[in-house]
Amino acid sequence: MIIAERKPVDEILGMVKNAERILVLGCRGCVTVCSAGGEREVEILASLIRLGMKKQGRDVEVIEGSLVRQCDKEYIDAIDQWQGRYDIIISTACGVGVNFIANQRPTDKVYPALNTSFLGGSPEQGVWTEQCAGCGNCILHLTGGLCPVARCAKSLLNGPCGGSVDGKCEINPQVECVWQLIHDRLGRLDNQDMMNEIMPIRDWSTAGHGGPRKVLRDDLTI
Amino acid sequence: MSFTPDIQAFCCHYTSQQTIAEGREGLKNDGLPDSVNLNRLVCTGKLQVSSLLKAFENGADGVYVAGCPADECHNMKGSRRAAKRVLAVKKALKELGVEPERVEMYHLQRGFHPEFIEAAQEMDKRIKDLGPCSLKGEDK
Repeated sequence: MIIAERKPVDEILGMVKNAERILVLGCRGCVTVCSAGGEREVEILASLIRLGMKKQGRDVEVIEGSLVRQCDKEYIDAIDQWQGRYDIIISTACGVGVNFIANQRPTDKVYPALNTSFLGGSPEQGVWTEQCAGCGNCILHLTGGLCPVARCAKSLLNGPCGGSVDGKCEINPQVECVWQLIHDRLGRLDNQDMMNEIMPIRDWSTAGHGGPRKVLRDDLTI
Repeated sequence: MSFTPDIQAFCCHYTSQQTIAEGREGLKNDGLPDSVNLNRLVCTGKLQVSSLLKAFENGADGVYVAGCPADECHNMKGSRRAAKRVLAVKKALKELGVEPERVEMYHLQRGFHPEFIEAAQEMDKRIKDLGPCSLKGEDK
């Protein structure tokens, strides 16, 4: 899922400084699961905005709402229910949600409450780690299911590099060297020969280097 | 200038048993400050960050939570969850430029004990020393 974190309150207060009526809009998708922008976090942020503005001697109206998702057109249309009741929208969705509101509602002011961090998972409660870079050309079948694009600091396709020491990455001793993990795992799976395969120079156009990406499914379009 | 703070205490059923037995008058005789308003919960683990922030929105100068000892919570992890949420509110207050010590977590023994009153007195003194909470916007 998409992992995100709330921006510092100061930054958000800067975005809303000229607004009188603010719609704090949550998303019940990924950001609810990673506890960054669901209904609970909307309630907290709305409270922080009211308190922060009150501290500055200002009373603002803060409406709390949330959508099933902010990354589908039909759900964005549901913002109509608050029409005329807000000057700006503070979205607690990921960057996709903010973009979708901006795309669909040309005259609405929308600002991000979150920093969208990465595609990841939760190995334990309260911890999230990056697992996938969304590079558009998956090679996990060649690397024992562990992604060097997302999890190697250099995104090396033929690792490890000389900075791998005792299974840790040179950038930080807390970071595991994914190429060490790949090596160990391929060995356990009796596929260690795959380490001898040299991966060719890669075409990164699918990773966004060829411009914004788009998936079109003819079988689903109407 | 005299200042009577508004302090909201959130106590679980077990740490606040004394309040039922003695009532407000009895607690006052024990030394519970007038500034402290008790809010009883089934378990402090039930408390959300937003509930504590709401207390500040409603005009509290200080907020504290009294839950079971961290490793002896009646509901296993309730008071530990509450302590984490108090920490989150401390962080939020700091972000807002407000003294984080305006919110506190106390792990207290269950039943009748002087620490229940002492926690209230400590918060009363602390908040009186800090003065009115700037989140009320009264100094603007």
